Amino acid sequence: MSTELPLIGDYSTPTTQLSGARIGVVTFPGTLDDRDAARAVRAAGAEAVSLWHADTDLQDVDAVVIPGGFSYGDYLRAGAISRFAPMMDKIVDAANSEAKLPVLGICNGFQILTESHLLPGSMIKNDHLKFLCRDQLLRVENNQTAWTNGYEAGQEITIVLKNQDGQYVADEKTLDMLEAENRVAFSYVGWNPNGSRRSIAGITNEAGNVVGLMPHPEHAIEAGFGPDHRGTDGLTFFTSVLTHLVGGKK
Amino acid sequence: MSLEATKEFNIDTVENAAATPKVELPWAELGLKDNEFAEIVKILGRRPTAAELAMYSVMWSEHCSYKSTKNHLRQFGQKVTPEMKKDLMVGMGENAGVTNLGDGWAVTFKIESHNSPSFVEPHQGAATGIGGIVRDIISMGARPIAVMDPLRFGAIDHPDSQRVVHGVVSGIGSYGNSLGLPNIGGETVFDPIYQGNPLVNALAVGALRHEDLRLANASGVGNKVVLFGARTGGDGIGGASVLASESFDDTKPSKRPAVQVGDPFAEKVLIECCLELFKASLVEGIQDLGAAGISCATSELAANGDGGMNVELTSVLLRDPTLTPGEILMSESQERMMAVVTPDNVKAFEAVMDKYAVEYSWLGEVTDDNRLTITWNGEVIVDVDPSTVAVDGPEYDRPYARPQWQDALQADTFKASDAGKNLPATGDEIKAAVLELIASPNMCDKSWITRQYDRYVGGNTALSSPDDAGVVRIDEETGLGVAIATDANGRYTYLDPYLGAQLALAESYRNVATSGAIPIAVSDCLNYGSPEDPDVMWQLAEGIRGLSDACQVLGVPVTGGNVSLYNQTGTTAIHPTPVVATLGKLDDVARRTPSGWREDADGQAIYLIGKTFDELDGSEFANLRGHLGGLPPKVDLDVEKELGEILINASRDGMIDAAHDLSEGGLAAALSEMVLRYGVGARVALDDIKKRDGLDSFTTLFSESQSRAVVAVPRSEEVRFNDMTSARGVTVARLGIVDAQSKSLEVQGEFTVSVEDLREAHEGTMIKYFG
Repeated sequence: MSTELPLIGDYSTPTTQLSGARIGVVTFPGTLDDRDAARAVRAAGAEAVSLWHADTDLQDVDAVVIPGGFSYGDYLRAGAISRFAPMMDKIVDAANSEAKLPVLGICNGFQILTESHLLPGSMIKNDHLKFLCRDQLLRVENNQTAWTNGYEAGQEITIVLKNQDGQYVADEKTLDMLEAENRVAFSYVGWNPNGSRRSIAGITNEAGNVVGLMPHPEHAIEAGFGPDHRGTDGLTFFTSVLTHLVGGKK
Repeated sequence: MSLEATKEFNIDTVENAAATPKVELPWAELGLKDNEFAEIVKILGRRPTAAELAMYSVMWSEHCSYKSTKNHLRQFGQKVTPEMKKDLMVGMGENAGVTNLGDGWAVTFKIESHNSPSFVEPHQGAATGIGGIVRDIISMGARPIAVMDPLRFGAIDHPDSQRVVHGVVSGIGSYGNSLGLPNIGGETVFDPIYQGNPLVNALAVGALRHEDLRLANASGVGNKVVLFGARTGGDGIGGASVLASESFDDTKPSKRPAVQVGDPFAEKVLIECCLELFKASLVEGIQDLGAAGISCATSELAANGDGGMNVELTSVLLRDPTLTPGEILMSESQERMMAVVTPDNVKAFEAVMDKYAVEYSWLGEVTDDNRLTITWNGEVIVDVDPSTVAVDGPEYDRPYARPQWQDALQADTFKASDAGKNLPATGDEIKAAVLELIASPNMCDKSWITRQYDRYVGGNTALSSPDDAGVVRIDEETGLGVAIATDANGRYTYLDPYLGAQLALAESYRNVATSGAIPIAVSDCLNYGSPEDPDVMWQLAEGIRGLSDACQVLGVPVTGGNVSLYNQTGTTAIHPTPVVATLGKLDDVARRTPSGWREDADGQAIYLIGKTFDELDGSEFANLRGHLGGLPPKVDLDVEKELGEILINASRDGMIDAAHDLSEGGLAAALSEMVLRYGVGARVALDDIKKRDGLDSFTTLFSESQSRAVVAVPRSEEVRFNDMTSARGVTVARLGIVDAQSKSLEVQGEFTVSVEDLREAHEGTMIKYFG
């Protein structure tokens, strides 16, 4: 399948192979950023495929984005109900399978991934107890994952942070393990905006196909509609996964 | 409420009412006046049943019936010219007005008040204010795309402001953020006059394709009536009649049970579910349930339709099974919608409900007898002509007169008063005044509030607070979008109610034009005191007259809005506060103009458009010195329109890179805010303006003269910009240049202040008080 949108990014393989990429975007009741995630997928040059939480057909997608929002209102612990969605069973299986389906969880999506045990730890209410929306500086700590291979190691990027329950917590052993295994994908630079342990903004699984983070790369893909400064730093998430899908190495 | 007094009362049937004319009814407790109750008896030819009484009492309340203002509000319709109407698809009277945007797109927006609930229970009151206005937008067939909140609180240092501000902001945030609607702006004002009556207004805007337009009417005999969404509970009973239509008084019991409780998750699901219904054309008519709940939805749907309606009330799904019929009819439980569906579409409708796991119940059907009949287990408890409930309510021509104190107030000018003595004159004094101004409660940075709101969700926000207008894209292919700004100045309106209303429109119109958009429609939220006070009624009459006159001159129609009365504590009314929202159209939001200059604008020329007069009465500076008197700034709507055209054309033709309107705080505030927007400095001189307009430096900086804006013009565009403004005969002055190196705002010959010091003053205030 081809796309009319130009591909953006630096690829090691011809674009003709990329233009067939299909990336699923899951919608739960209360999901908010699904359209934004789909727009980011299209801006990167792939086809966005809607996945409904109650369905069980992954529709042969090549990767999945679990977008942000307040699924089921977050009235229970964020993500705690969504993890039981039939679609999540399929995603967990595919992520753990030999094919290692790339999965990106953003904000509520990250919370759903920890609840699904695809990623360790959990999120609690921000330490200042308020919803916070700001342009957030992050450091790319691991550029070897399916979703970060387009960044330089140590690169600083600005994307949008907006959440109520963004404080990443895990026991000390887990935090040590994450750092030792280079599984902290992103950390907050400057000010820790929610009290996250060790300023962790995002993490990856051991294989590097599953990445979750609280800030929103899909809101920093189009100049003029994202952060005031350098408004397109998030697009590389979505071009990175295309590079990964065609086996390209940075 | 005493409706649940006896079992017999609960099933007060029409038959029973006819047979027992002497039964005492609690009409006064429900907010009805004796003449109104007599009128109901006359309409029905018998005493009303308990359920009928409940319906009439809420629908004839000030909040729902506009009984004190109807005769004045007609001016908005009367003063609309055919030219103003040409893009108007749905005008006042529906859930929200709809304006054509071209390319098959339309936009709907409306502003409403949720003042009283937000004082009683700030979090839920403000939250459900968002919920209600968003459902109005959905009811038109539109997808909601953004919200805004003009807020007015009491004194920033008053202990109760802690409760109200934290509650209101968290309420708006938690509800709006959970709906996935970007909050793109609003205002925040602190004034002791709002201490016991904070104003919490909420605006929502939605976009729709022309073919998706839906109206609230029940037509087609045999069509089914369905209630869907949240279950009906005991919250918000009498919200419209008791809370919103009376003054607060310490002697009355707490009205907490009259405040509704919101569930934003249910609303988000309801939005998506309704949009799917519209897309598949599964509903004939739709109405949201807000004030007066089922009473309002059934009577309005039936009154607007071509027949009647028959409803079985025991079919309503309840949260609390002990609710009486009257309570069910009056409940203002949130997140509910009522729709009319053809029998053929019933199955498909149910499938959509099931997909979203939304509860629904079929209540009845459309009839051809022009009656609204409501039964309880088959027994008739309501049998009325729906128009008498929803349309032909009482109408009062309340007495009004210019207050005796008005002349003395207007004669008490700032500069002649004690407060106006020893005004800042030296550079150091003026610098100190600038810092005091931008740190003051009204002028300080409000990001403590806006960062608790999601401004990015949807990916279409092109401008948001602190820019002059919020701008959202509607069509991703073409870039078509809208700009919205809300404004009001209660002090101006207190000094002159007619001019104050016009000034509110002028400022919101100017803000929209400043962003580069063409103003096309207006929605208003008229916040006033008690209409039973002739002074207040005069303020209201003058406000409506002023606003409708100004709309005519500027050529923008009022498409809808809301009147909020009884905003007073004891006999002290709030300042008359008509909040005006102007909506503008941008063919391509990529061309919108931000309110400050960036580093790459280094060396761009800074111009002031418009003439400055000695106008400090009612100003922020006078307010800081504790003075309120004199006359507000002059309004010249022709000049305002001309300024708007310049800002719009200059933006479209790429002649300006930044623009900011002058309003509260005058030039001093505008320059400071433009520097602070991206932290990039500027060097300006006031000499030319001072000489031209005959003013001293202080007055030049702090006067609040209208129809002015500061713009940044790239060097390459200066000739074109000057040609355009001189061809149009518009007053402009070159103030100076953007200076990216200096990291300061320099007013030559007066003072230099660093960006850091400006920022510290501007950003510290909200944090100091609210943490």
